[in-house]
Amino acid sequence: MKELTVEAKTENIDIVTELVESQLTELDCSMRSLVQISVAIDELFGNIAHYAYKPGTGDVTVRIDVEEPRTAVITFIDGGKPYNPLEAEEPDVTLSAEERKVGGLGIFLVKKTMDDMRYEYRDGKNVLQIKKKI
Amino acid sequence: MTIQKFAENNEVKFALEGRLDTVTAPELEAALKDSFEGTTSLILDFEKLEYISSAGLRVLLSAQKVMSKQGTMKIVNVNDIIMEIFEVTGFSDILTIE
Repeated sequence: MKELTVEAKTENIDIVTELVESQLTELDCSMRSLVQISVAIDELFGNIAHYAYKPGTGDVTVRIDVEEPRTAVITFIDGGKPYNPLEAEEPDVTLSAEERKVGGLGIFLVKKTMDDMRYEYRDGKNVLQIKKKI
Repeated sequence: MTIQKFAENNEVKFALEGRLDTVTAPELEAALKDSFEGTTSLILDFEKLEYISSAGLRVLLSAQKVMSKQGTMKIVNVNDIIMEIFEVTGFSDILTIE
């Protein structure tokens, strides 16, 4: 298990991605899973950086665990406003370019590409966890 | 991400390298904004693009809306992993991918 606590700002997405990628590369993770997990980190950490502590700032803790059979478990913990991304409205992906709205796409993409995603508000913190078979 | 721009007459091509994500998408958005005027053919070459997140998709959607009014936009050399992201999000139906 590895854990990292950084300020919730988009500039720190790279540090988190590098940590997770280095852990998963050691485990011989497939390129497809690795990219999908990196995209999920961009979406989820990016959301926290943009909204959790607005207009102030605060920390995010990211944990990476590996469960058997070969499943990466990544947990994001922040002390910002309670927000359950699983309750976000899903975008209509069948609309044309003119009709498409820009919101909600990131969470939708994470839900579609990860094997599991769960949220709870515990001890005053948002705890968001994704799982992906590697 | 590295953005290379090639312009000839009314055609502009951008070759992207690296990751089109939350941090880098605004760079592409700015580069595109500077290039729309007078452009009737916009080509985005994804040969060296590793991945794209929703921030990148949003920039592509905005660019598609602009180019639909004044010409064409196409995306070339899309790898399998990015193609899967386009398919999951319905972008494969919105964009012209060759």
